[in-house]
Amino acid sequence: MTVASRVTSGLFSETGAGPIRLLVYLLAAIALMVADHRTALVERTRAAASSVAQPLYLLAALPARLTDAVSSAVASRSELLAERQRLSQQLLVAQARLDRLFAVQQENVRLRELLGGTRGLLLSVQLANVMDVDLDPFRHRILLDVGSNRGAREGLALIDAHGVIGQILEVSSLNSTALLISDPNHSVPVQVVRTGLRTIAYGTGRTDSLLLPNIPQSAEIAVGDSLVTSGIGGRFPAGLAVGTVAGVEDDDTRLFLVASATPAARLDRSGQVLLLWSSESALDMGPPVELMVPAEPQEVR
Amino acid sequence: MRLRGSALLPASLLVALLLGLLPLPLELAPIKPFWLALVLCYWLLEAPEHVGLGVAFLIGLAADLVYGTLLGEHALRLCMLAFIVLRFRPRLRFFTLWQQALAVFAMLLNDRVVVIMIRGFSGEAMPGASFWIAPAVGLALWPWLFLALDGLRLRARQRGS
Repeated sequence: MTVASRVTSGLFSETGAGPIRLLVYLLAAIALMVADHRTALVERTRAAASSVAQPLYLLAALPARLTDAVSSAVASRSELLAERQRLSQQLLVAQARLDRLFAVQQENVRLRELLGGTRGLLLSVQLANVMDVDLDPFRHRILLDVGSNRGAREGLALIDAHGVIGQILEVSSLNSTALLISDPNHSVPVQVVRTGLRTIAYGTGRTDSLLLPNIPQSAEIAVGDSLVTSGIGGRFPAGLAVGTVAGVEDDDTRLFLVASATPAARLDRSGQVLLLWSSESALDMGPPVELMVPAEPQEVR
Repeated sequence: MRLRGSALLPASLLVALLLGLLPLPLELAPIKPFWLALVLCYWLLEAPEHVGLGVAFLIGLAADLVYGTLLGEHALRLCMLAFIVLRFRPRLRFFTLWQQALAVFAMLLNDRVVVIMIRGFSGEAMPGASFWIAPAVGLALWPWLFLALDGLRLRARQRGS
């Protein structure tokens, strides 16, 4: 419309795609991106609009859920029995460990009282399902079915049965988006269990490896060391498993070591995860009786 | 007849949006083509009186909300694509299917470059080599997608008249 008018018709007609119009749209898009990136202005509209997208997510997750349903419907009796056997064994072991932990916990509480020291942190968990939706294969993000309506908020840590998965990035009323620890933009403060060395584990963009750069040459770190969160920074509570060191070598300057680690958690963007947040604890906390009630957070120590 | 034909357009775009959300196994995830671009490209070639830069922009905004990307990222990408397609539309229409597919491939590659630029500016990390597989998948898909949509459109028109 704004470009030089070419008098044509039919098949070769001018389609209203002049450079000026393109420029206007591009500028609008860039302005939106900058606004979204730099300010919190767009965030609320975004959160509202994301809940409109909910039916789309459900629809897109349908095939995966159908295959799940079909596979569990046709699973043979012997398979189910074997699975039941395995799970009950696991439960037995877990129960035994919990009992042991309970004793340690009691002792810990008594010692704290003797010291008159600070109270420990109370961890609350909430079960969340990962929606079977692929947001972008090149960004390590997952979509959870818990939103602000069920208490999710930005910055909460996510774990599974084996270790840390990531943290919540964005919350809308029905969903939230989480960033995995394998994302190149993510980093976790970690501690080597064996030596107490503190460092930071960065994501690499691959789900099977984390990177720990800038470790002093004198530091004590070896292949097979397990890494836990150090609790520094306050995002992740201390003591959660992060991974095991898979390799240690000199970096390019030969002044520092670079270690790589295998994440402990399964980062394959499916299944269930636990949302985790910490608060000041009351003194009389025991281990959970029922951990897995998704509706409201239960309290675990 | 008009109604039939125009219902196919939003329906196909919606399906493309959904296909983009469809989960694939982790190893196969990088091959997922940019469905929205392919379908939009078809409509830009065949029905430019309904689809233009504005529509591309709006679809892009919807995609940004659904895919959780930076608001405006998909809008920018689709606008670029729409502009190129509309510019070369008279020529593209008389290409054979495979020539068209090659042109689409080039546009998808260009789109990948745009994505890298956007990510660079917003400070995100660069994706790996498998990032460049998807345009090739788009190239392979284009003829079939084109024939399928053409067939659907023809049938809709015949039923309408």
